[in-house]
Amino acid sequence: MSTMASPLDGGGRLRRRRAVNRVMEALATLAAFAAVGVLVIMVISVAKRGGGSLTLDFFTKLPHPFSFTPVPSGLANAFVGTFVIVGVATAIALPIGVLTAIYLNEFAPRRVAFLVALALDVLNGVPAIVVGIFVFALVVTGRGQSGLAASFALSILMIPLIARATQEILALVPQSTREASLALGVSRWRTVVSIVLPQTVGGIITGTTLAVARVSGETAPLLFTSSLVGDKLHFDPRQALATVPLKIFEYSESPDPADHRQAWAAALVLIGFVLVASIVARAFAARSRRKLGIRR
Amino acid sequence: MSSIATQAARAADLRRRGRFRPGDVALHGLTLAAALAAVSLLFLIAWKVTDQALPAIHDFGLHFLTTKTWDPGTRQVFGAAAFLFGTAVTSIGALLIAGPLSIAIALFLTELAPRWLRGPVGALVEMLAAVPSVVIGLWGILVMGPVVADHVEPFLKRTFGFVPLFGGDPSIFGLLPAILVLTIMITPIVSSVSRELFLGVPRDLKEGALALGTTRWEMIRGVVFPYARSGIAAALILGLGRAVGEAIAVTQVIGGNVAIHWSLFKPGDTLASRIASQYQGASSAKQVSAIAYLAVILLCFSLLANVAAQVIVRRFAGRHPVAR
Repeated sequence: MSTMASPLDGGGRLRRRRAVNRVMEALATLAAFAAVGVLVIMVISVAKRGGGSLTLDFFTKLPHPFSFTPVPSGLANAFVGTFVIVGVATAIALPIGVLTAIYLNEFAPRRVAFLVALALDVLNGVPAIVVGIFVFALVVTGRGQSGLAASFALSILMIPLIARATQEILALVPQSTREASLALGVSRWRTVVSIVLPQTVGGIITGTTLAVARVSGETAPLLFTSSLVGDKLHFDPRQALATVPLKIFEYSESPDPADHRQAWAAALVLIGFVLVASIVARAFAARSRRKLGIRR
Repeated sequence: MSSIATQAARAADLRRRGRFRPGDVALHGLTLAAALAAVSLLFLIAWKVTDQALPAIHDFGLHFLTTKTWDPGTRQVFGAAAFLFGTAVTSIGALLIAGPLSIAIALFLTELAPRWLRGPVGALVEMLAAVPSVVIGLWGILVMGPVVADHVEPFLKRTFGFVPLFGGDPSIFGLLPAILVLTIMITPIVSSVSRELFLGVPRDLKEGALALGTTRWEMIRGVVFPYARSGIAAALILGLGRAVGEAIAVTQVIGGNVAIHWSLFKPGDTLASRIASQYQGASSAKQVSAIAYLAVILLCFSLLANVAAQVIVRRFAGRHPVAR
């Protein structure tokens, strides 16, 4: 070619490259907004369908087995059951998770820490339904279903979450504070308990809140551990307890629109709890990171 | 005045105390015990689930994988072939949609979005992962299902009806709704892992490419993708593992059916959804054992996928320390 094309005004080739770039940028932007859009659509449709049935009765009354006439009924037993089961699960998982994290970060040799962390991440990837079958085989086949069996199953899902979250925050505590404490003659365990841990309380609470939010909505581990329940209200974890996620699961497969209304209302409560807990935990995490002086 | 002897004794005493402190040993032991308990759970799960499945493993052996019958009636013949097929179709289908989508989201969050938008959009995408699967399933049946049956599937049939995948009658329950639900569930995970990877790509490489006159997309293709290649593979494997293991939402929308067919519109079952749907119905010891056999297959796959993905991620992180 005799005419000199400046590289900046662009011939056909550059124009095509720019066009491809613009198309790709547009697609990426579209993808991000599609994902946000799905979340928004889901939350709105749950809120729209469940909002109307959210009365005080919904939280305080028991379900009616068959209601041909519109009787107001609630899921009090399911709320109680979920509360008890998740509470017990947290009581099991919190100490084990935090202690495991302390071992990983403060005591374990490098190689051992690598393997333990790997095992925790793999445990985190075990499907919840398999954990349900495990607890079924270990406990339920002998003693029958119980809230405790369900708590055990949920705690297995919580341990890796709490341990990894705690370890991450422990790793953020500056090495110099540990060294300062040890240099003053303070023993190692006092250093961990009195100097390191207090700085990580925020992070541990955050991790635990996220784990609670995650397992409160878990249904799969409950199917084989705490599903055969009546519509009675009780607090005893030694018997099977009704739970909110399982109620939603059962109602969602029912042909009765009245059941669907209950399912939507329960879903609204669950999604509200989970999202609020995640948002609060995130805000808290940002704050405790700032306190530890880490800017990301 | 202390003599040399007492000074030496004090030094020895200090040294001894430095070596042995009951509190240190106690805390070390306690935390080690907790770590061992957590790790042993993994082995305990593998052992107990396999133990429960032993009768079925003994009866059916590896033929279980190729038998497509699931007859809890008088014949008591069980096989996983139909569910393996359903699992493969739904999870690969979900990955085909969620993979590119997630990578695009991660690119938007790391390269394109204005800084003030990155935090909120990233958090919202991760919120999607927090929505309980039973709620996604409820939404899938009652909101997404009718839309899929009335609009999406007829459209696919009209346009691509010659492909066997899109033949058959539109229905609310089927493999396609399961694929869509799984896509929603794995996109947040794959995109958040990819985002971390893209954040780790050194700035000087990216700026070097841009300075050579590449467009942003060419820079991404030439620098970001090759740099993060193995990490992206790990993210996709993690997503696949999640899709294969998801039980509840899939059970709600897939319809429950023991069949192998090419139409995405027809109902089917995955390994996980078959296990979940049997929770009230196991009538014989043999059936319980066959259900555990399904769980063994699921567990094997998820262990393989997760170990592979985690090892890749760790090697990647070791080679390219994420600079922040």
